Amino acid sequence: MTALLEVRDLATHFATRAGVLKAVDGVSFSIEPGEIVGLVGESGSGKSVTGFSILGLVDPPGRIVRGSVKLDGSEIVGLPAERLRELRGRRMAMVFQDPSTTLNPVLTIAVQMRLALEAHERVGAAAARARAAELLGRVGIPDPANRLDSYPHQLSGGMRQRVAIAIALLNRPALIICDEPTTALDVSIQAQILTEMKALAADSGTALVWISHDLATVSVLASRILVMYAGRVVEEGPTADVLRAPRHPYTRGLLDSLPSISEPGQELRQIPGSMPSLIDPPPGCAFAPRCTIADAGCATMPEMRRDASRGVRCHKPLGAGA
Amino acid sequence: MIGFFIQRLVQALIVMLLISALVFAGVYGIGNPIDVLLSPDATHAIREATIRAYGLDQPLWIQYRDFLLRLASGDFGRSFVFNMPVLELILSRLPATLELTIVAVVGATALGVPLGMYAGYRPDGFAAKSIMALSVLGFSVPTFWIGLVLILTFAVTLGWLPAGGRGETEMLFGVPWSFLTLDGWSYLALPALNLSLFKFAMMVRLARAGTREAMLGDTVKFARAAGESETTILRRHVLRLIAIPIVTVFGLEFGSTLAFAVVTETIFSWPGVGKLIIDSISTLDRPVMVAYLMLVAFLFIFINFFVDIAYAALDPRLRTGRAK
Repeated sequence: MTALLEVRDLATHFATRAGVLKAVDGVSFSIEPGEIVGLVGESGSGKSVTGFSILGLVDPPGRIVRGSVKLDGSEIVGLPAERLRELRGRRMAMVFQDPSTTLNPVLTIAVQMRLALEAHERVGAAAARARAAELLGRVGIPDPANRLDSYPHQLSGGMRQRVAIAIALLNRPALIICDEPTTALDVSIQAQILTEMKALAADSGTALVWISHDLATVSVLASRILVMYAGRVVEEGPTADVLRAPRHPYTRGLLDSLPSISEPGQELRQIPGSMPSLIDPPPGCAFAPRCTIADAGCATMPEMRRDASRGVRCHKPLGAGA
Repeated sequence: MIGFFIQRLVQALIVMLLISALVFAGVYGIGNPIDVLLSPDATHAIREATIRAYGLDQPLWIQYRDFLLRLASGDFGRSFVFNMPVLELILSRLPATLELTIVAVVGATALGVPLGMYAGYRPDGFAAKSIMALSVLGFSVPTFWIGLVLILTFAVTLGWLPAGGRGETEMLFGVPWSFLTLDGWSYLALPALNLSLFKFAMMVRLARAGTREAMLGDTVKFARAAGESETTILRRHVLRLIAIPIVTVFGLEFGSTLAFAVVTETIFSWPGVGKLIIDSISTLDRPVMVAYLMLVAFLFIFINFFVDIAYAALDPRLRTGRAK
């Protein structure tokens, strides 16, 4: 069976005044049809740029300098712009973080959904409206037929994000990249949307890449987790395994810094220090300067070591009996 | 909505009243029209009679009061020089300026906005840089100089277009228009081009800045992620997003060109209101000046009102006010 999406050694660099910023530098992973994968990391770890790179939407001065992205088994890096445009929306779509800036404030929901539909097929006004209303209903918007004539500012944040999700689903893509779609929402709305997304993905067989800095959110949703740090995937594996027994010290640190409900009032533990600059990063493991168990051996870049289901990019993985 | 109209109407009346007082006092201060109207060898008796006839012997506030009373019945007074009702005089000149303004401002917008959007879409290309160079030229070279160069090039050297006047006109709604005849267009072309250069430059800059900002925004990125084509994005999303500042400037430029196309009308001897006001200033024709400046104020109020309505049409967020 071919993977739906296969990313190999992807590197996206930004030529800035200060030097080349290696936002993504050698990321590899694959997604099976219908699978939900969480892409976790702190701000600036390259997770969003990874998402944009897959869709071919990296803004200059950024560009993909190396690697391959295969969708349905065929290479899409370097495709002509028009071919890539045909794939966007129809085979792969994306939902962004802040629904108040992604939707066009001066167009009605109906117009925006129709533009997205018309990008891929010729549809009549009535058919477009019917399809749009159907999708709004599916993402949990009450009274969808009337909501179509609303403008984004007339909807709440959660409703707006549902509209954005409906637009992403409109052309039945096989893959949706969700770039922190619940971060800007209330916690209770977050939970609703997570549940609905999970059900929608299962219904339609859509695979999701769920980008988030929030391990807790991802753990609800994803069957597999990829942890990114400084432009690289440092750990991957089934969600339950990674959460129960993280192998990379960075993943361990992330888990430790989650606030605990069972022991309230405790001071939050943090990972000391901050992520290194991605312009001229030090050679060797990028996490070494913040790592409690790093030693002289960590001055070289560790390779990704994989076994049956898990992978870790660390010289001294945890729980390996070393 | 009704409340909005009434509020605007009251505001407009107050503004007009203030403007009339300011203008009246200002024009009074410029000088005594009698010295211009009468030849220096007029007898003392004729002089006295003329002063009384025009009511110039009265104190300023009485003159102003009489002016307001006459205004209330729609009478702006008679021109000292042309000896005809001022309103009639201005309205006979207005169509010439109106067509010149419409051609210049609409032309500048129709050309400037697409070019500006292109320059904002591909800011680093050669075409974008050429467009921007043209707009810098339009901004920085004075209008009268461009007018003279246009005449020198197209009228004197090449002999393609006439240097001045209005050409053949045709009647519509009882007034003559140049744009209805081909000959009229040949007269209209140079002054309209002259007037439109600065506006073109402004529209290019506005559209470019707006497009650059919009292209980097999430709305465009999201539309791209849905697979929409670049043409759709520019025409359906970006154009709507940048419309508000463009409409604002369109309104302001339309008003100010209508009111102050003075330089261009003078250079091209275009018989519009701009030329009328310059002539009336040099002959101290007070009623014309006062009526004209009030007309200008009225035009701006009127245009701003339409701009506000256009805002509401363009941006749904302004329609419902602060209600969420």
